[in-house]
Amino acid sequence: MNYTFDFTPIFQAWGLLAQGAWATVYISAISMALGLVFGIVLTALRMAPLAPLRAFAIGYIELVRNTPFLVQVFFIYFGMPELGLRLNAMEAAILTMTLNCSAYIAEIVRSGVESIRPGQIEAGKALGLSTPDVYRFIVFRPAIRAVYPSLCSQFVLMMLNTSLVASISAQELTYAAQMIDNRTFRSFEVYFVLGAIYLVLSQLFSVGLSMIGRVYFSYPTK
Amino acid sequence: MSQTTIHMNDVNKWFGTMHVLRDINLTVNKGEHLVLCGPSGSGKSTLIRCINALEEIQGGTIEVNGNVLGKKGANVDHVRRDVGMVFQQFNLFPHLTVLQNCMLAPRRIHRISEAEAKDKAMHFLEQVHIAEHGHKYPAQLSGGQQQRVAIARALCMGPQIMLFDEPTSALDPEMVKEVLDTMVGLADQGITMICVTHEMGFARAVAHRVIFMDRGEIIETAPPTEFFGNPQHERTRAFLSQILNH
Repeated sequence: MNYTFDFTPIFQAWGLLAQGAWATVYISAISMALGLVFGIVLTALRMAPLAPLRAFAIGYIELVRNTPFLVQVFFIYFGMPELGLRLNAMEAAILTMTLNCSAYIAEIVRSGVESIRPGQIEAGKALGLSTPDVYRFIVFRPAIRAVYPSLCSQFVLMMLNTSLVASISAQELTYAAQMIDNRTFRSFEVYFVLGAIYLVLSQLFSVGLSMIGRVYFSYPTK
Repeated sequence: MSQTTIHMNDVNKWFGTMHVLRDINLTVNKGEHLVLCGPSGSGKSTLIRCINALEEIQGGTIEVNGNVLGKKGANVDHVRRDVGMVFQQFNLFPHLTVLQNCMLAPRRIHRISEAEAKDKAMHFLEQVHIAEHGHKYPAQLSGGQQQRVAIARALCMGPQIMLFDEPTSALDPEMVKEVLDTMVGLADQGITMICVTHEMGFARAVAHRVIFMDRGEIIETAPPTEFFGNPQHERTRAFLSQILNH
């Protein structure tokens, strides 16, 4: 082996990597927030008393979870303009991420809701609370707490999945690395550093999410 | 004759093929204290759960304070507003403090201010002697304390009727008394009470009538002195001998 490692061209391009990393964090954070909201709405539909609503939610969840993310990205970015939905790469990335992760989040949240003892819901009803109020004020927080670790790992997974949107040239971290690779031909160094940055980002996400969890779920349990 | 509060007429209920309530006819007067007892699976918990529509019935009618509980949830809101319930497992909300547990329903349903809800909560928490724990979470309290909070939480809604579903069955023996004392105090204030319990001392002290159920039927109804002194039915005698003689 007579390859000489040289990381200097990569570090010289740090500005590009920093921009890419920021875009990755940005896409992830927005998709997480929106995905959580849609995921909760999907959970509500999934458990609704009306059969058509349940069928819609189940259909959506199964569709999303049984097709590849990359195909979904291509479909939204290249396919949807035929129906008049023209998005730039960044918008398409965020939309696909949101739609994708809401299905996974819905399944996680549902298992959280199902872990709540029926007595909690009965107590709320016996107090006279409406069903939406029972779910909003009584079920929600303990349900999310019960599945918070799974939610967090789903979020981290999502953040890592953003690398796939480089394929529609959304200018995030992996896209930035590809640019540097094309310029320098230092593939080993580029992707080594890229992996390291993702590792650091996922650790930061984990720590950040668990801190949020510790504040929001600070109540004691037995 | 005092005013009728609850009227159950030919109530029937099935869980699948199991007939859990058979032709239940029961009238409860305002201010009356009823104790319901019977072997497990006799339908006593199911009976009181029907009164605030936590269970649906398949036949007969239930009327609470003039509101008939209909099919498809008609009048359920009205009925639940008049009826408070205390559960065997307390069912306090773990993510809310004792005070927040008591304030949630009055704030959402009566739309009262936070300050007013807090005053009300403190009033009832004092009544059950637990006001000093208002800032704590349920997991930080003993079972007896949790059950007293559950009683205060129900009282904050100003119910005219209180249902107790085996309120002391999940408690360690040394905590039973504090909960029963609270319930006796409540009975003395004249609220209508229906209590599923095997605490026969409590039944003797506060019940106007004791009702014995077996296999979904009301077998016997009598004032406590008669019920314990001279039970009429064979099944009642067999049941009493099992729970009283050991």
